[in-house]
Amino acid sequence: MNTTGKRPKSFYILSAFFALFILFLYGPTLTIGILSFQGPSGGLTFPMNGVSLHWYFKLFETQAVGDFGGSLTRSLLLALAVMVTTVVISLSAGMAFRKKFKGSGVLFYLTVVSLIIPSILISLGIGLLFNQAGVEPTWYGSAFGAHLTWTLPFGLLIMFAVFNRFDKSFEAAATDMCATPFQTLRFVVIPLILPSLVGVGLFGFTLSYDEFARTIMTSGSQNTLPLEIFGMTTNVTTPVLYALGTLTTLISFVAIVGTLLVLHLLKRRRSRIQAG
Amino acid sequence: MTQSRFSYLQAFPLFAIMLVFLVIPTVMIVAVSFWDYNAFSIIPDFIWDNYDFLLTSSVTWRAYGTTFFYALTSWALTLVIGFTAAYYMAFHLRTTKSQTICFLLATIPFLTSNIIRMISWIPLLGRNGLVNQALLSLGLIDNPLEFLLYSDFSVILAFVHLYTLFMVVPIFNSMMRIDRKLIEAAIDAGASPVQVLTQVIIPLSKSGITIGTIFVFTLVMGDFITVRLMSGGLSASVGVLIYNEITLLQYPAAAAGAVTLLLTVLMMLAILFRFANIREDL
Repeated sequence: MNTTGKRPKSFYILSAFFALFILFLYGPTLTIGILSFQGPSGGLTFPMNGVSLHWYFKLFETQAVGDFGGSLTRSLLLALAVMVTTVVISLSAGMAFRKKFKGSGVLFYLTVVSLIIPSILISLGIGLLFNQAGVEPTWYGSAFGAHLTWTLPFGLLIMFAVFNRFDKSFEAAATDMCATPFQTLRFVVIPLILPSLVGVGLFGFTLSYDEFARTIMTSGSQNTLPLEIFGMTTNVTTPVLYALGTLTTLISFVAIVGTLLVLHLLKRRRSRIQAG
Repeated sequence: MTQSRFSYLQAFPLFAIMLVFLVIPTVMIVAVSFWDYNAFSIIPDFIWDNYDFLLTSSVTWRAYGTTFFYALTSWALTLVIGFTAAYYMAFHLRTTKSQTICFLLATIPFLTSNIIRMISWIPLLGRNGLVNQALLSLGLIDNPLEFLLYSDFSVILAFVHLYTLFMVVPIFNSMMRIDRKLIEAAIDAGASPVQVLTQVIIPLSKSGITIGTIFVFTLVMGDFITVRLMSGGLSASVGVLIYNEITLLQYPAAAAGAVTLLLTVLMMLAILFRFANIREDL
């Protein structure tokens, strides 16, 4: 609480607590990361029986674990599509909500409901709807929509937080200098909120890439990666499961670190522009 | 174009997606929950049998009991852990940089697959897992502990692991907006650290606590994967019952279960929303 001087004793206790919390969050994932390098005769638990990439190679032999390559491709494409759509629609809706319009309350609560409604309900409802309409559910159709009901609320809430702190005088200045609304958006608003838009994109990507519950009834005959993993948990009892887990976690991790790097560069560029 | 028509145009895509993928599917579920079904297909009808069967079955009531038990226990644990972590970051870390780093450290696991994070407990908690091996070699136990995996313990542990962040983020957010002068004033007025915590910080973090509570409650209430995987199929929550009916293609029964779950969740939210105004708290 004090900003200078000696740390109180509680600081050290809480630091230890926080360190344990972080260990609790990462520990299990690191464990399967290590175990995924088991030798060919290794099992699901310690001790390590040699060290090898055996289970990673196994992963790409299609007959052993199903269609890993296909489901990974589908999940990545779906996540990219969800990411782009989430950014565009959240931005557009976020702008709309800055003005009062009739029905804005209803739309806001609808979006909040979408966030807190049990996922299995969305999944079941969309599955039934497509069934009854005689349309085949697909990962790029019905599952895409199902994912958006999960990513858009996050996107919109972030946009709310952004626009609540947004200084409107920048826009006013642009308008005074005869910028069209499109020019104001393109050259003033978007550059100012770009870091948040990248954040919305990151959320959209990873939420979709990992989404299981809203995919289960909506992806049709072709699996996405989380469905593939879920299938494996019930019938695969080798470290190949850990290899898959480690690989997909790494992909998420690269996406996150890459995005944070972009954010950092944006911030540096901005402070350079402001400085000079 | 007038301003409000422009707003409608901007809001339309969001509205369209919510209509097609949220409202209509929900209406569909309500409709199907009154339909009839046999082993091969579902038949449009208007019967109360699905609800009648659901609400008179002891299995349902037991599942609701289990689900509330999971939800309450997970809520209490995530609240205590999440509050403490948020408090540490907001009040004990002095620089924005260290706050950002700690915050990111806590957030990153949330962005990777839930299912992977669940499976990763298996090598730790299993019969031959690390925890048992360590306890055995230390001579603290003679036989491996069986309750560690595929039990209520492992289900709740997984919930806490998955969802504590949903407490940390909103509580941290509301703590960061507490005017530090209030705390100094309380100290100047002779408040002890405990009094500062209970009479200044906790009341002012109330909206963050409520938002976190809403998240954890709804996520646990609607869950079926965590319970299925971590209990090894030994426990049945409401979500698991619905999921089982889906896999048996008993869609009307699943729909009735889903409608009942939705009403339960909505009632709980109606109570919780009295404590927070989400739109103003962002």
